[in-house]
Amino acid sequence: MSDVIDRPILEKESTAATRLRIIDCDVHPSLRSRADLNEFLPKRWQEHLKTYGDHLRTPYIGTTPYPRSSPLIARRDAWPPTGGVPGSDLAFMQKQHLDPYDVEFGILQVLDLFIFSQQNLECGAAIQRAINEWQLAHWTHRDPRLKASILVSQDDTAAALEEIERCAKTGEYIQINISPRANEPLGRRRYWPIYERAQELGLPLGIHVGGYGGHAPTGGGWPSYYCEEHQSNAHTMAANLASLVIEGIPERFPKLKIVYIEGGFGWIPSAMWRMDQHFERFRSEVPHLKRKPSEYVREHFWFTTQPVDEPDEARHLRQLIEWVGIDRLLFSSDYPHWDYDDARFAFKTPLTEVERRKVFNTNARAVYKL
Amino acid sequence: MAATAPRIDCDIHPAVGGTRTTLLPYLDDHWKEQVVSRAIDGLDLTSYPPNMPLSGRPDWRPVAGKPGSDLGMLQRGAFDQLGASHAICNVLYGASAVYDPYMASAFCKAINDWIAAEWLSQDTRLRASILVPMQAPDLAIEEIERRAGDNRFVSILVLAQGEMLLGRRQFWPVYQVAEKYKLPLAIHAGSSYRQAPSSIGWPSYRYEYYFVEAHAFQAQLLSLVYEGVFGKFPGLKVVLMESGVSWLPAFMWRANKTWRGVRVEVPWVEREPASIIRDHVRVTMQPFDAPGDATGVADIIDQIGSDRMFLFASDYPHWQFDGDDPVPPHLPQGIVSRMCADNPLETFPRLKLN
Repeated sequence: MSDVIDRPILEKESTAATRLRIIDCDVHPSLRSRADLNEFLPKRWQEHLKTYGDHLRTPYIGTTPYPRSSPLIARRDAWPPTGGVPGSDLAFMQKQHLDPYDVEFGILQVLDLFIFSQQNLECGAAIQRAINEWQLAHWTHRDPRLKASILVSQDDTAAALEEIERCAKTGEYIQINISPRANEPLGRRRYWPIYERAQELGLPLGIHVGGYGGHAPTGGGWPSYYCEEHQSNAHTMAANLASLVIEGIPERFPKLKIVYIEGGFGWIPSAMWRMDQHFERFRSEVPHLKRKPSEYVREHFWFTTQPVDEPDEARHLRQLIEWVGIDRLLFSSDYPHWDYDDARFAFKTPLTEVERRKVFNTNARAVYKL
Repeated sequence: MAATAPRIDCDIHPAVGGTRTTLLPYLDDHWKEQVVSRAIDGLDLTSYPPNMPLSGRPDWRPVAGKPGSDLGMLQRGAFDQLGASHAICNVLYGASAVYDPYMASAFCKAINDWIAAEWLSQDTRLRASILVPMQAPDLAIEEIERRAGDNRFVSILVLAQGEMLLGRRQFWPVYQVAEKYKLPLAIHAGSSYRQAPSSIGWPSYRYEYYFVEAHAFQAQLLSLVYEGVFGKFPGLKVVLMESGVSWLPAFMWRANKTWRGVRVEVPWVEREPASIIRDHVRVTMQPFDAPGDATGVADIIDQIGSDRMFLFASDYPHWQFDGDDPVPPHLPQGIVSRMCADNPLETFPRLKLN
């Protein structure tokens, strides 16, 4: 057993052969300002956004419904000395995160411009296309460690499929990202064409927390505080897990890989137990399911680790990891956000060398065929 | 099997036949006239369609009527077969979901009077929760005050998914009264369908709906903790009924981590959420959605970190388990002995064994 706490990755290990390089499955690049997008966004939509703004299912024009814990939910030390917002300066991201942590690959997750939540679907599609181009021009072409995802809004399924085709032809993207909070739960029939195409293309489906689908963040209504909304992210992910599994997505698209990003993984065992516990009772409602829900989860879903739960007892984290299965976990840092997980300290329980390799590198390498 | 040691079943469900049948004698003249002339009936909750397997175990279904509608059958099931010495009746009915606050209040009142007359008075082993119209907190308080003198009512019953989260200050006067009369707040699975059952929208299947209810319970706990309800009413206890159990550890870890990160937002919450939850929250033990092996069960119980939170319950007539023993398999003996009597008696102080 080796303890990650005692083995700071910052101090490079002696030989390149034994060195564990990190694949970070959740790195957030940001636009310095919206003007950065203009080179990729048709004049018509630039004018539209200037005049009408983002049309979202949230109350304010200029900020999120629940004021966050820090400006742009960022680490205080992540503001580039050269100016601009956290995540907007590649050189600083390299210096602060990619180089010292020896990141072999960093998978970009763009959240700018409420990309998945634009009510005007045509506007949303134009923004998504622009962001997809911007990821290549400003990031992956400038640092080959960084990998882009095809961002699409599933509520305009036709436009999403068109954008997937356009991007897939370039061969430069490694996954297709959709929103966990769309108009309807992810398993619903209207979204199946996207899953079918993702399967054909061999691209994993990435689902990153966030977005504003218009529904209350909890089944009990609208909370008062950010700390409530923040934890509801895990519920959103669990609800989607149930939707995808119970609607039979893994049964219908058996080669589709689904990656959950920034949902953490503490909730997964109880989600599997709960689905299994009630499977027999509801089986006649869902005859399309051929196996127990947990079996689909263990074969078709992967989970990025951040935020790693921090039980008081290290052995509880150990039990959790064993229940989820080490093969399902992909390390993520969430750089440069406030709840960033530091690769050196995130797991407050010892991992074996084999487990570290899987979580920090080889699991992601296999899922994304890096 | 006949009960010897006290064994208190904290969650059983007598069923209301209908407003124009069961409840009619308990409505005042205005509402008697209303329900008949407007045919106001059919208020069974969408959450529990009577014919759905979960809503009634096959051997607990009467020949006619809904599961839970027959007193004799319920007595044989809950007491003779499942071995309870006492049982708490929680009525799940559309009164909790009615939009008209006066109508909601009239139906809650009728249900409480019906339970007192036709169930509690027929069997001294039975207790009940007071069904209250949370749609109108002032009317909920009126109903609690009206029933508070009757110690056979031992808790206040609300749905996990109502009009707004339960920590909101609109509800605080209700909790003040609850604390005064030593009535824990029983939050039971079920929805008034005011919003989608989860943040992702309306699911296709009842199976999904039932699954995501666990998150509604979690949202309610976060709301109660972060709004400061337990600081304001330190004597208040909350009982989660039919919520599932195994989500508690990871839920509490995440709450603690989030609180450590952003507690500046809620400075009145001075302790870790998990420790507040262990002190104030109790949970019924059916359904028990834990791993199937003894080690896994022991780990979950260890992670929850309190032997005082667990309450024995069958969820009769809901079909959560087969056989004659509602105690989930593999539970450590220390938990079983506490959850059957000590914990219920501590949680429901108005419940006396005779």
